[in-house]
Amino acid sequence: MSESTSHDLSKAGMGWFLKIWGVLLFLTAIEVFLAYEDLPLHIMLILLMGISIIKAALILAYFMHLRYERSTLAWTLLPAMVFVLVMMVVFFPDSVRIERLGEFLH
Amino acid sequence: MSESDITLKSGRADWLGGELPYAIPSKKLGMWLFIVSDSITFGAVLVCYAYLRLASPNWPTPFRLSSIVNGAIMTFVLLSSSVTMVAAVEAAKHGRIAASVRWLSATMLGGVVFDILHIREWLGLIHEGLRLYQNPWGSSLFGAAFFTLTGLHMTHVTVGVIYLGIVAIGFRRGKFTSDDVEISGLYWHFVDLVWMFVFPLVYLLSARMH
Repeated sequence: MSESTSHDLSKAGMGWFLKIWGVLLFLTAIEVFLAYEDLPLHIMLILLMGISIIKAALILAYFMHLRYERSTLAWTLLPAMVFVLVMMVVFFPDSVRIERLGEFLH
Repeated sequence: MSESDITLKSGRADWLGGELPYAIPSKKLGMWLFIVSDSITFGAVLVCYAYLRLASPNWPTPFRLSSIVNGAIMTFVLLSSSVTMVAAVEAAKHGRIAASVRWLSATMLGGVVFDILHIREWLGLIHEGLRLYQNPWGSSLFGAAFFTLTGLHMTHVTVGVIYLGIVAIGFRRGKFTSDDVEISGLYWHFVDLVWMFVFPLVYLLSARMH
């Protein structure tokens, strides 16, 4: 992450943005391809979410220009946000419990 | 306040962590803070959708190949509109106001096309019998979860088109600066980013296999 305060978009000119666009489209194509592969749900989920996180990171870093801001901005915003999002995962064991409960009832 | 103002007022470009820790205009920091809170909102809705899906043994997988292709085209349109948005910011930063307004219009067009494709998709599913609390395929919760998540995103796209329109008019009239164009770009890219999670989680994981 750059320490520069400069705002110069020429550091990442249009050619570079078009390359990022190409990579994002390619990753989307891989995701669509994966959707029709016969994979277990959890493997599919990990692959699709993994690719989506890469895509989100590319959009944040280049389109949203975060890579060219002072690193303090990203360090202020992202860790707290990621922490809150990860904490939401705490609910998932409960969702599986409900399904198991159904098995016990029958 | 533009970036150059910050440098001019302080007289030094570096070592200003104490005064200007982020070295960005306050409006831009405001937009970033909104984006963080909005991503937590979307995160909660996405987690809710995934929770319901895991908790329901008969979660429907109603999306035909045509829906998946439609979704892929929507992704293409939204990603391309992000590139036209970047071009609008680049033109604005170089003082090419007319070019910037043209690129902003192209971005808005992308948003409108996205909305039209999405509403067509909704109408197709409604025609097949999808309702908020019932559907012909499985868990009755699917409709509410699907419409809430995609509806929230579609609302963001629609609001984004209006926002970009206001910024484009204001920028052409000299009311807004290139910073305002850049800040509206942050919002637009964020809406694009959210779709990168909605499309695989909702559509690709519920593709009809035959």
